[in-house]
Amino acid sequence: MSKLLSVRLVAILIGLGFTVAVLWAFVSGASAVISEGELKPASAEHEFHEHPNDYAWSFDGPFGKWDVQQLQRGFKVYNEVCSACHSLKYVAFRDLEQIGYDEGQIKAYAASKQVPGIDPLTGEATSRPGLPTDYFPSPYPNAVAAAAANNNAIPPDLSLITKARHNGSNYVASLLTGYREVPAELKAEFPDFALSPTGHYNPYFANLGLAMAPPLTTAGQVTYDDGTDPTIEQMATDVAAFLTWTAEPTLVKRKQTGWPVLIFLLFATVLAYLSKKQIWAAAKRKDD
Amino acid sequence: MSFPWAKEYTPTNPVMKFLDEKLPMPRLVYNAIGAGYPVPRNLSYFWNFGVLAGFFLVAQIVTGVVLAMHYAANAQVAFATTEHIMRDVNWGWLMRYAHANGASFFFIVVYLHIFRGFYYSSYKAPREMIWLLGVVIFLLMMATAFMGYVLPWGQMSFWGAKVITGLFGAIPVVGEPIQIWLLGGFAPDNAALNRFFSLHFLLPFVIAGVVILHIWALHIPGSSNPTGVEVKSESDTLPFHPYYTAKDGFGLGVALILFFALVFFLPNYLGHPDNYIEANPLSTPAHIVPEWYFWPFYAILRAFTADFFFIPAKLMGVLAMFSAILLWFFLPWLDKSPVRSGHYRPMFRKFFWFGLIPAMAVLFYCGGAPAEEPFVMLSQIATAYYFLHFLVILPIVSQIEKPEPLPYSITEAVLGSDKKAVLGENATPAV
Repeated sequence: MSKLLSVRLVAILIGLGFTVAVLWAFVSGASAVISEGELKPASAEHEFHEHPNDYAWSFDGPFGKWDVQQLQRGFKVYNEVCSACHSLKYVAFRDLEQIGYDEGQIKAYAASKQVPGIDPLTGEATSRPGLPTDYFPSPYPNAVAAAAANNNAIPPDLSLITKARHNGSNYVASLLTGYREVPAELKAEFPDFALSPTGHYNPYFANLGLAMAPPLTTAGQVTYDDGTDPTIEQMATDVAAFLTWTAEPTLVKRKQTGWPVLIFLLFATVLAYLSKKQIWAAAKRKDD
Repeated sequence: MSFPWAKEYTPTNPVMKFLDEKLPMPRLVYNAIGAGYPVPRNLSYFWNFGVLAGFFLVAQIVTGVVLAMHYAANAQVAFATTEHIMRDVNWGWLMRYAHANGASFFFIVVYLHIFRGFYYSSYKAPREMIWLLGVVIFLLMMATAFMGYVLPWGQMSFWGAKVITGLFGAIPVVGEPIQIWLLGGFAPDNAALNRFFSLHFLLPFVIAGVVILHIWALHIPGSSNPTGVEVKSESDTLPFHPYYTAKDGFGLGVALILFFALVFFLPNYLGHPDNYIEANPLSTPAHIVPEWYFWPFYAILRAFTADFFFIPAKLMGVLAMFSAILLWFFLPWLDKSPVRSGHYRPMFRKFFWFGLIPAMAVLFYCGGAPAEEPFVMLSQIATAYYFLHFLVILPIVSQIEKPEPLPYSITEAVLGSDKKAVLGENATPAV
């Protein structure tokens, strides 16, 4: 008994030790807060940052489906605007079949792109026209070249961009339409706030200063084949939809597989519940 | 051992008879999870989570082995092979989402299993060994999950590995050499990724081994139950099969519905977007956060923001984080109340529901939040309560509390009366 008591005594002492240490940290933190008079210093990045707008996406919700027309329009925007600086390295030309292009179109498109290759005669590094099995080539030969051409801000690969950001599809569309002048209220409230010399004000970007210059500047920058009016917002949402597809080509298949699985499980679980009930009926008042 | 009234395995089929004579595997299964294992008749659905944890362990091993067939543990290509699994491997996306969310579900059911143990003091004699092995399983799970999260080699993988191995750097004198030894270098790179993959493949089988010990130890005293009153007679128990196989079957169905709803409709909900950015040692994410199941302990780590006499704040945080789990090993000897179940312990029950559970909720929330006020101050108060609860309140409460009257037996608790007990038929409790 005395031994057990000593185990508890040691525990109580250790417990009080941790408690005093963490409360000591609490007191020093609290006194700092009191002396500064606020919980957290106000910052322009915190107060003027905006959450992405909610757009209506065809692929949203449990029954979401791709809008193939929209994906093709978005692909055109990527091809004519974004691909100048951004790679799409996890997407192969052959994948375009999933968004409604036929083999001939894909072959022709792939052949219009130059991909790194090896000269079969000399073995020297060269480039050759792409094949459907090739992946989208990067606009820069390497990261150093990408940094050098863009004020040291390497344009990120876009394959996964909508999964690599919170609320990614809405984020991309909001960011592309979000460029504006630095608001007067911000200047009034934070006179010290300064964008970096290469920054462009965009409230959807975490630190408000985006290195990328506005890529979609005029309506009609891309000509759509299906007659849709290419407003800036239309182009932004279309390319965001396309990039949602590149980030997860299996998104719609995933949702469509989910329903039969859930319906089967629901059915099986109801059966399991009924058999549980029946089996347990025998256990009520068994000792009578 | 088992209760004297446990049914004996009597094979009738000649094949089973042959097998039983040469290698009594069917007998083992029959006595472990079949009709040969008598279980208290009053187990609530809170007793489902052991079986569910076993299920998710197996599911993780199956999906994990398939993923390992397509993954390459090399820092140059690890991220790309993960994307290859998502895009090109047949049903690879399903395997990976099931594995990532399976880890989360494994932790959900294990946390419920552990907190069931806290409330009903399942750790008390004669079940100390089951509890100790359970804590070992939990520690192994944490190590396995941490290393698994590093494998896709995304930003959170890399920086998580750096932060967690950095904890060992807080140890005085030998800290830095230990950190370098663990990583096989000065920062996480190929050497670290390779050994994490190797260990991530090995540890689940170690867990499976300890799970077998956990179940073996369970079968010595038999399962606990919501009243905490030990089994006294045959009428207190029901055979595991078909009663609890049926009950666990229903519980498994519910768990799978929730699991697959997440896998098919919100597979990235519990993950972090930054892990879809390839690891980049030159760019630190704005907030480095571990997976959600580590948040309470991460909050404890970060709660120690001031040096305590000669102990640096970082070392204090590391000590506290490890102690927060290691102290569970001592619970059987800290809580000396003779009553097990929280149902009959009025004081303990109040501290459990109004102390421990809110403190855990605060720690959970703050662990996932950025390290800024008011989250740091909140987690400091919750951390203080956490240690007080287990190391101070529990030993004292168990000493001074007046428990409420217990039912005579499980039978009485379930059926209102224990006729055999009244007749004096079972004066000697089963051993």
